[in-house]
Amino acid sequence: MGYPADFKYTKSHEYIKVEGNIGWVGLTNYAQDQLGDIVFVEMPEVGQEVTQGEPFGVVESVKAVSDCYCPISGKVVEINEKLNDEPGTINADPHGEGWFIKVEIADMGELDNLMDIKAYEKHAEEEAARGHN
Amino acid sequence: MDEHGNLKKTPFYPMHLKYHGNVVDFGGWALSVQFSGIIDEHNAVRQKVGLFDVSHMGEVTVKGPQALEFLQYVVSRDISGAKDNQVLYTHFPYPNGGIVDDLMVTKLGENDYYLVVNASNKDKDVAWLLEHATKFPGVTVTDISDDVGEVALQGPYAQATLQKITGEDLSALRYYYVIPRAIVGGVEVMISRTGYTGEDGFEIMCKPADGVTLWEAIMAAGAEYGIQPIGLGARDSLRFEAGMPLYGQEMDAEVGPMEARLARYVSLDKPCFIGREAMLAKQQEGLKQVLIGLEMTERGIPRHDYPVMHNGAKVGHVTTGMYAPTLQKNIAMAYVPPELSAVDTELAVEIRGKAVAAKVVKLPFYKRPRKK
Repeated sequence: MGYPADFKYTKSHEYIKVEGNIGWVGLTNYAQDQLGDIVFVEMPEVGQEVTQGEPFGVVESVKAVSDCYCPISGKVVEINEKLNDEPGTINADPHGEGWFIKVEIADMGELDNLMDIKAYEKHAEEEAARGHN
Repeated sequence: MDEHGNLKKTPFYPMHLKYHGNVVDFGGWALSVQFSGIIDEHNAVRQKVGLFDVSHMGEVTVKGPQALEFLQYVVSRDISGAKDNQVLYTHFPYPNGGIVDDLMVTKLGENDYYLVVNASNKDKDVAWLLEHATKFPGVTVTDISDDVGEVALQGPYAQATLQKITGEDLSALRYYYVIPRAIVGGVEVMISRTGYTGEDGFEIMCKPADGVTLWEAIMAAGAEYGIQPIGLGARDSLRFEAGMPLYGQEMDAEVGPMEARLARYVSLDKPCFIGREAMLAKQQEGLKQVLIGLEMTERGIPRHDYPVMHNGAKVGHVTTGMYAPTLQKNIAMAYVPPELSAVDTELAVEIRGKAVAAKVVKLPFYKRPRKK
């Protein structure tokens, strides 16, 4: 599975897709593959403020608990309720149906702190080569 | 190319690579956490059949004129009544009632015993045995782990799979017995009808040089039943659902079989064994904590070491917890005071600072449907 060219990415394997001033935030394919079967998600509430680089939610696989770090600061305007009942959606379609939250972006300038597809592909490859889990 | 150069390899290491296991450092061993995915592998073992590399387990022989007397002194269970080729689950207790390890003892003959111990405890076990063996002249304790490859073949089609490649009548092999010498897929092995999954199945010991041949013979025989290689992740989720304890989680040097509700494996009427006084005292004076099953009644997954709460106060801790793939529930094993251990008692597990509701349920969580 490739990575969408128009997304921006974090080192901790979250993505953001920007439409106007709204960012769709989720976990990358690399992240879901490393986690394995995702069986639980904990998301922020609508209206909550999130901060770039800070944890905004949790995903759990059979074996592991992982924090998700927000790629952008702003206010949560929608959460993907479907993930509560079908967390495996993240494994099946991480860059589409498996999105986590939508954020009203506070400062578009923060997007410059994120990686583009080229940089992210290289980063994911390097982590895979290191056997990083 | 050897990407795991600093790790110990089992005889089946080439199979982990061939079947695309996600190989990790597991206590110094190169072993796969998963192949196709933990849930898929878990379900394969419950519904079909799965093959595990369990060569990291330790094997120790105890032989010689006083082998039985010696073992009677170091294990908590009375094994004097064991029949030839019978396997017994037991513990090496410490004097305080905690344990050095839990293990399987197979009686191969008079004063001839074969022990399978936990990988992570093997060196400690052998040292413990050697220390106490000095009081039993004639006893020889030998660590043969490096000379043994071991696989587990588990699931409802385990027998059908194995029967295709051995002349032994497996329907005559009872649960917790071994066939000490058998040929499987052209390879000389010991077949033990035991396992750590809650399913029917076998554990098969071979010479390291025969490992790959044995593995491939079993995979070929099981193909028609949908056999899959199974990693450590599903090994843990399967044993957990079946309520089987894991050393380091449900038991350790402080907490033993009495707390873990395994008293049926402790023979307090056996006159003299290490830990007897402490275990007897626990039985007579009562336990401070007992192992329970917990099922979450609110959203959340309990994990190892999370606090268990009652009325806002910490009363215990989770030993193992996860999403149980067969039961499709978030469940845990946990220690709590006996007065809070009754089924349906309402407790909570503290997850990331929040008390999430749970209730006590019966152990084991999962029992396989009894055979036709």
